[in-house]
Amino acid sequence: MAERSFAKEVETLRIGDGEIFHGEGILAVTKALLQSGVSYVGGYQGAPISHLMDVLADAEPLMRELGIHFEASASEASAAAMLAASVNYPLRGAVTWKSTVGTNVASDALANVSSGGVTGGALVIIGEDYGEGSSIMQERSHAFAMKSQMWLLDPRPNLTSIVDMVELGFQLSEASNTPVMLELRIRTCHVYGSFTAKDNRAATFSLRDAMENPVRDTGRIVLPPANFSHEQEKVTKRWPAAIDFIKSRRMNEFLGAATGDVGIIVQGGLYNNLIRALEVEGLSDIFGKARLPIYVLNVTYPLITEEIVGFCADKKAVLLIEEGQPDYIEQAVNSILRKQDLETRIVGKDVLPMAGEYTGAVLRAGIAAFIKAHGESLGAAGSLGHNLPKQPDSPALDDLNALLPPRPAGFCTGCPERPVFSAMKLLEREMGPFHVSCDIGCHLFSILPPFNIGNTTMGYGLGWAGASAFNTQSDKRTISVMGDGGFWHNGLSSGVGNAVFNKNDNVLLIVDNNYAAATGGQDILSSRGKRESKSTGHSIQSAVRGVGVTWLKTVGSYDVAKMRDTLRDALTTPEKGPKVIVAEGECMLNRQRRENPLLAKKLKSGERLVRTRFGIDPDSCTGDHSCIRLSGCPSLTIRENPDPLREDPVAAVDNSCVGCGLCGEVAHAAVLCPSFYRADVIQNPGRWDRFMAKMRARIIQWVDRRSEKGRSRHAF
Amino acid sequence: MPFDPMKNGPRPITLAISALGGQGGGVLSGWIVKMAERCGYLAQYTSVPGVAQRTGATIYYLELFLHEEAKKAGRPPVLALMPMPGDVDIVIASELMEAGRAVSRGFVTADRTTLIASTHRDYAISEKAAMGDGTADAQTVLEATRAHAKHLVAFDMKASAEAVGSVISSSLFGALAGSGALPFPREAYEDTLREGGRMLEANLAAFGAAYDLARKNVAGDAHGAEPSPSSPLPHQSQLQSASLALAEGKPAAVRDMLNRIPAELPPAVHELAVEGTRRCVDYQDLAYAGLYLDRLALVARLDDGARGFQLSGVVARQLALWMSYEDTIRVADLKTRGSRFARARKEVRAKPDQIVYLTEFMHPRVREIADSLPAPLGHMVLDTPWINKFVGWFCRKGRTIHSTKLGGFFLLKSLSALRRIRRSTLRYQEEQARIERWLARIEDLAGSHYDLALEIGRCQTLVKGYGDTHARGLGNFNRLMGAVDMLKSRADGAALLAELRAAALADDQGQALEEKMAGLSRSPEKERKT
Repeated sequence: MAERSFAKEVETLRIGDGEIFHGEGILAVTKALLQSGVSYVGGYQGAPISHLMDVLADAEPLMRELGIHFEASASEASAAAMLAASVNYPLRGAVTWKSTVGTNVASDALANVSSGGVTGGALVIIGEDYGEGSSIMQERSHAFAMKSQMWLLDPRPNLTSIVDMVELGFQLSEASNTPVMLELRIRTCHVYGSFTAKDNRAATFSLRDAMENPVRDTGRIVLPPANFSHEQEKVTKRWPAAIDFIKSRRMNEFLGAATGDVGIIVQGGLYNNLIRALEVEGLSDIFGKARLPIYVLNVTYPLITEEIVGFCADKKAVLLIEEGQPDYIEQAVNSILRKQDLETRIVGKDVLPMAGEYTGAVLRAGIAAFIKAHGESLGAAGSLGHNLPKQPDSPALDDLNALLPPRPAGFCTGCPERPVFSAMKLLEREMGPFHVSCDIGCHLFSILPPFNIGNTTMGYGLGWAGASAFNTQSDKRTISVMGDGGFWHNGLSSGVGNAVFNKNDNVLLIVDNNYAAATGGQDILSSRGKRESKSTGHSIQSAVRGVGVTWLKTVGSYDVAKMRDTLRDALTTPEKGPKVIVAEGECMLNRQRRENPLLAKKLKSGERLVRTRFGIDPDSCTGDHSCIRLSGCPSLTIRENPDPLREDPVAAVDNSCVGCGLCGEVAHAAVLCPSFYRADVIQNPGRWDRFMAKMRARIIQWVDRRSEKGRSRHAF
Repeated sequence: MPFDPMKNGPRPITLAISALGGQGGGVLSGWIVKMAERCGYLAQYTSVPGVAQRTGATIYYLELFLHEEAKKAGRPPVLALMPMPGDVDIVIASELMEAGRAVSRGFVTADRTTLIASTHRDYAISEKAAMGDGTADAQTVLEATRAHAKHLVAFDMKASAEAVGSVISSSLFGALAGSGALPFPREAYEDTLREGGRMLEANLAAFGAAYDLARKNVAGDAHGAEPSPSSPLPHQSQLQSASLALAEGKPAAVRDMLNRIPAELPPAVHELAVEGTRRCVDYQDLAYAGLYLDRLALVARLDDGARGFQLSGVVARQLALWMSYEDTIRVADLKTRGSRFARARKEVRAKPDQIVYLTEFMHPRVREIADSLPAPLGHMVLDTPWINKFVGWFCRKGRTIHSTKLGGFFLLKSLSALRRIRRSTLRYQEEQARIERWLARIEDLAGSHYDLALEIGRCQTLVKGYGDTHARGLGNFNRLMGAVDMLKSRADGAALLAELRAAALADDQGQALEEKMAGLSRSPEKERKT
C-alpha cells in the first residue's frame, strides 16, 4: 500500500475527447499513455516518479479494461528489459524510473534494446532528480541518450506540451525504430495544471496476438554479425529518420520574436523559468512574447543541424541555456556552427554556472550578463514585462542564514529503523566505532545527526558489496546495512550471494519494514499485506538461507537491548562466514495509514481501545538530552524548563507520539534517566476497567493526601 | 520600483509555502488551488516531495493568474515552477525558522511580500541534541522577518489550531484569508474547506480563529504589530519575588528561616535564595534548607558588592540544584505525587472519561542501590565482589513499574520514604563532600580570583542526569576542577575555564574537551619558552 492513494484521481483518467483534464504532471503522463494505445507499462519507483508508479498501480483496473499489462518491476533493469516486447511486435510500451540512478541500473537492457532497435513505440519516462531536494549524485541522463543513441525529449513544463510529447514520442520511436526517453524534471512531475484530453484507446495489436503468433528476427539480436550492422543502421537509417520526423512534426519550437541579432536556445524543461527571468528583466511579457527569438529544444538529442544553423545564421550571439555538466549541447552546437563556418558567438557556461541547478535567480543573472555584453540592439530594457529591480546583496541575510538551524531529513516519528541505529550507537560506546557500509533507503538517514553512523553508500542494494574489500584477517568486523527494498532490488545476489561465495566474515543488517518505504511505501516480495495482483509474503530469511547463509538471526527492531546484544554477538562470534541479522518492524507511516481509519471507526462505535503514548516528567529531566541523541524521534523535542532554577530546556514528547516504545527501550538499554513514562489511555473503558480504576485511585489519592499534608506543612 | 500591473501587463500572483515535510503544505496548496479556480483564476502549483518529506525543510510554490486576462490575450500565461528572489507576493511559513529561511533566501521583500508566519518553534535536531541549551535565537529571526516583509502576519498558528483540535494548515489558511493578500472573499476560503469534508468543524474553527487574529495583526499595521515568539526559552524564568508575605500564616520555624534571607543575603539574590530554600525544604526538610542558607551566606559574605553579588547569584542557583541531586528517593517521591499524575493526564490529552495508567522505566544498577543504603552497607555492597555480583544479577535489566497500580505505587512510595534515612546514605555523604569541596574552592578564590570563582560556580551545570550521563558529567567536572590550580596562575584563567566548560558540553564523547585540555597543557610550556 503506497504512501499516497490516487484512487480518486485515476477516475479522471477516463474522460474523453475535448474534456479538460486537471491534475498533476504524473497523472497527465498516465492519461497520455492511455491515449497512445500502449500495451504494457512497467517501472521502478523512486522520486520524482514514485507517484507515477503509484498512479499506475491505482489505475490498474482501468488499464486492464484497455488490455494493458502493468508491472511493478523488480528493478529498473527488469523494467528496461520489458521493452523487448516492442522489438519484434508493433506493441507500444512505456517504462519509468528515477534518473540517473535508475538509468544506471537499466543501462544494460537499454543498450541492448537500442542496438537491435524497436518495431513498436518504446518510451522510457525518466524522472530527473536534479537540483533542490535531490538525494542522488548530480549527473545527466543526456549521456545515456548519447552513448546508446536513444532520443531524448525534454518538453516544456506544461501539461499540454508533456502530453503532446508522450504521443509524439511513440510516433518518433516507431518512425526511427529507436527507443525514446522522455525526461521530466522533479517540479514538472508534480506540477498541477490542465490540458484538453482525447479518448483513451486500446491497442489494435495485443500482447496476446504476439504471444500466440511469435516472430523471430535474428537481425534484431545483439550477436555478431548483427551487432555490427546495428551500429551502421543507427547512423545510416535510424538517425536520419528521426531527424526527418522531428523536423516535419516541428517537435522543437521557435518562440518569442521572429527576428533579432541575439537569441536564446533553451532546453524545453527550462522554458517557463526562462520566460519568468526574461519577464523580470523587462524582455518578455507573461505570455512569452519575448523581445528576442527563442529556439526551444523539446528534443535535446539528437540536435537538428538545419534548425540550429537556421536559427543562428542571422545572429551575432546566442545564449545557450543547458543545465548540468558536461555541456554536451553547447559543445555540439559549437561544432555544428564551426563546420558551417558561422561566426555566431555561442554564450553558455561562460555567463551561466557550469554546475548546479538553473533557478530563476541564476537564469536572471545569466541573461543580464548576456544582454549587457551582446544585447545593445534590444535598447533599454524594461519596455515589456515586470522589469523588477535588482536585488541588492544583503550581508544581513548571510548573518541570518548562519543563525538558522539546518533541517536534515530524518527518520519519521515511530520509525522502526531508528531503534536499530540506537542499538548500534550503544554498541559503539562499548566497542568503539565500526566501518559501516550503507545502502539506499530510509536507513541512510543514519549518516545524519543524531546518529552519525555510516561511511559509504555505493548504490541501491550494494550495501554489502560496498564492504566486500574488507574481507581479511582483522580484530574488528565491518557492518553493512541494507533495506528490504535494496535487498530485493539486487542485494540478494550482489551482496548476500557475493558474500557467501567469497567466504565473507563480516556482518549484514537487513532492515525489513515490509515496504519500499523510502520511495513511498510500495509493496515488495516480502511485504506482509495481501494484494490481489501481486504475490507477497516471501520472507527475506528464507532467501538468505537459500543462498547459503547459516548464521542468521531475526530481531524485532524495537527491542534495542536485544538488537545490541545480537549485533555484538555477530561482531564477536568465532564462527567464520557471513553473518546476517534481519531487523523486523513495519514502517510506521504505512502502519498508521492502514490502522488509523479502523481505530477511529472502533472508537466511534464505543469499542474499548488502549492508546499508548510516551511522556517525560519535567521535574526529573535534567536537560542533558542524551535521549534525543540516542533517538532523534521527531516527537521527542524540547521545551522551556518549568523549573525556575534550571536553565537548560527539558526534553518533552509532543502529541505526534505514536507510542512505539523506543524511548522506554533506550532509557532501559542505555541506563538513561527515569523521566520517561508510558501512558496507556483506556478509551471507552468497560465496567471492570472503571471499577478497578476507581478503587486504585481511591487508595492512591488517600495516601497522597496524607503525604501532601506533610509536605505542605513547611512549604511556602 | 513598485510593481504596477496596469503599466507592465498582467502578472500572476506568486505564493511560496515554506514548510517542514509532513506539515500539510500539500493540503494547503490544494486548498489554495481549488479556491483560486473557483474564483476565476488559473492555478499552477509544484513541490519537491523527495527526501525533504521526511522532516526536512521544503518549498511549495503556486502561481495564480486571472483567467479573464488569458482569454483577452488569447493564450495561456507561462507560469514559473520555482520562486525567484524578489518576485514573491505571499510567503506562508509554517514555523518561525522556516520564515527566517524564506527571508534569507530572498523570497521576502519589503516592496511587495506579505509574510504569513507561525511563530511557534519546531526544533531542529541540532537544537534538540545539544547537551544544554542549543536553541536558535528566535528574537533575531522574528526581527528579520519584520524588517524584510511588507506586511507581516505572525502568531502561533500551531497553538491556535490545536486549541480547537485542528492542524496548522487550517490556521495558515485562515491567516492567509485574514491577511487580505489574495483578492478572494472569506466565503471562498470557507467553501473550499467545506468541499474537503474531513474534520470540517475543527478546520473551520481553526480557520476562523486564525482569520480574526490575522485581521487584528493587519489592522495593527505591518510594522506596528508586535508578535513575539510563542515559546521562547528564556534564560530567566519567572522567578517569584522574595517576599516575606510568603511566610505569613506559616509555622514559626518557616518564618524564621525565610527571615534569614533578607537579613543575611544581598537583595540581588533574594529571589533565587527563596527558590533554593523552597527546593531544599521540598527535597528534605527545614534543617536541610537551613544548611543551604548557611552555605550561601558564607559565600555572600565573601562576595563583592561592586560586582553586583554575581557570585552569590550563581551559587544560590547551582547550590540548590546540587543539594537537590536526583537520587532514587527523590525520583520515587516526584513520581508518586498526585500533581504529577494530573500533569501526565493533561500531557497525554486524556478525556475525562478515559482511564490513564502510567508505567515508569527504571534501571537501577548496583551503584544506585548502594547509593540508597546507609553508607557502611553501601560500601560493603560495592566493595565485596560476591555481593556486588549477586546484587548485579538482579540489575541486569531495566524494570517497568506501574506507578498508578497499587504494587508499583507502594513500591515507589516506600522508596520515597527512605527520605528519613537519606542523611545516612552513601550518596548523601558523597554528594555533601563534593559540595563542600566545590564551595571551599569558591570561597578560597572569591577574594583573589573573583572571575575564576564565578566560573567554578557555573561548572556545577556539568553535573546532571542519571547513570552514565551523571558519571560522565561528574568526570568532566572533576577534570575541570583538577585544572583550577594551573588556571589560577594565568591571567586568562577564568576565560579558559569557561571555554573548557563549553567544550565539555560540545559532545558526549569528550572529544572537544580532550582537545581543549591537550591545547591547555601545551600552551603554558610555550609561554615559558618565550
